[in-house]
Amino acid sequence: MIPRIELTGVSKRFGSRQVLDGLDVAVMPGESLVIIGGSGTGKSVTLKCILGLIPIDGGSIKVDGQEVAGLKGAALDAHRTRFGMLFQGGALFDSLPVWRNISFALSGTPADRRSAAIDNLARVGLAAEVADLKPAELSGGMQKRVALARAIAARPPIIFFDEPTAGLDPITAAVINRLIRTLVTDLKITAITITHDMASVRLIADRVAMLHAGKIIWNGPLAGLDACDNAYVRQFITGSADGPIQMPGARP
Amino acid sequence: MIAALVAIGAPVLAALASIGRLTRFAVTALSRLLQPPWYPAQLAQQMLVIGWLSLPVVGLTAIFTGSALAQQIFIGGSRFNAASTVPAVTVIGVVRELGPVLGGLMVAGRVASAMAAELGTMRVTEQIDALVTLRTDPFRWLVAPRILAAVLVMPFLVLVSNALGVMGGWLLATQRLGFNSAQYLATTQRYLEVDDVVSSLVKAGVFGFFIALMGCYHGYHSGGGAAGVGRATTNAVVSSFILILLSNLIITVIVFGS
Repeated sequence: MIPRIELTGVSKRFGSRQVLDGLDVAVMPGESLVIIGGSGTGKSVTLKCILGLIPIDGGSIKVDGQEVAGLKGAALDAHRTRFGMLFQGGALFDSLPVWRNISFALSGTPADRRSAAIDNLARVGLAAEVADLKPAELSGGMQKRVALARAIAARPPIIFFDEPTAGLDPITAAVINRLIRTLVTDLKITAITITHDMASVRLIADRVAMLHAGKIIWNGPLAGLDACDNAYVRQFITGSADGPIQMPGARP
Repeated sequence: MIAALVAIGAPVLAALASIGRLTRFAVTALSRLLQPPWYPAQLAQQMLVIGWLSLPVVGLTAIFTGSALAQQIFIGGSRFNAASTVPAVTVIGVVRELGPVLGGLMVAGRVASAMAAELGTMRVTEQIDALVTLRTDPFRWLVAPRILAAVLVMPFLVLVSNALGVMGGWLLATQRLGFNSAQYLATTQRYLEVDDVVSSLVKAGVFGFFIALMGCYHGYHSGGGAAGVGRATTNAVVSSFILILLSNLIITVIVFGS
């Protein structure tokens, strides 16, 4: 079977800093991959490279077997129609009400788009009354749900979740995690999630990959995570300060 | 020797690269105005924000400056028996220079900073990336409507500025300096030429373009969190001020230099 997304030898440098250094990873159709790794290891950069928001320096990115690195213009626009994205901070448009945020990429009359927005609000557990509020009038958890509704509104076959529970309390985070799992399963979406939150990993992932120093250093099914003997993965999942992973800028 | 060349060459290359980036940004934005999709609602909103909401500050600036100008011309002219030139010099000074330049600077202070702050915040909160992932070109949605709106409304603002500036001079001259109202207005009308008004409106359009271009450019390329947005705002205002003053000089020399 052809992977839905396949990255081979992807590299990306910002100035003197090599963020991605020969990254190899693949996601099969309908699979939910969670990428874990410390801050600044290039997780968000990986997603932005796949979306064509950041050009790569080398390697290959294939979606449904088609090379997408270097696409421009209409071909890049067509490539992006396959994706939805939940940004870390929600990235809702402040100047637009909730319903226009959700239906931003939808076509049709305003009444149709508003109706579609309300349907998607219901999917993420929010009432129709929220539709006319501005993002600034919502709590952090509600903003994440609205952003989730926007990500799924056009029913893309692939969705990226960038730190979906960052900044949320544990209960709201659990609700968001469950929503993501339900949406991924019900809508048969291929998903890549990046997170530090191990509760998210255990609820969302079919498979887990760990990114460190610009490379995937471990990749396996969720069931194999706890039995993994990779020292980097062990340190990350136990949240230990002692181990091979050192904080960037820390004294040796 | 090589060190000296490097010291001179590095900033020159950096300046040339900045000019190249800015030119590319402007060309991209202008090219989006020529082909659909267009966003008329965005354009209307920006015309309201730039035009209507700038009227108070532009109007007050014009009235105060026109009055002060009339007072200074009266004092200066009295020294060589030319106090009667107040209406003629006021209308020429206001329409050719003070109306468009001060109006442009006031709008730049209000609008370029706001645009840079808004787009800068959208950049650092990933809203611009979100636009792209939602298949919307940020140049079409954010930049082109702002530039077009500024170019369209600035001539209107400057017309108002000119009228209020002349009115400020007339008010002061008739209420404080003893000028006859009908004579003042007749002299004003006699000395005001079509070229004065046309050059004023051309300047206004050019200033509007630079104000929106600088606001959008610095906001769009801002980074580094809140401090980066602050820097973008400052750079937008300073660069638009400089471009307004420079382009004013160039247009003045071209139109009136001969």
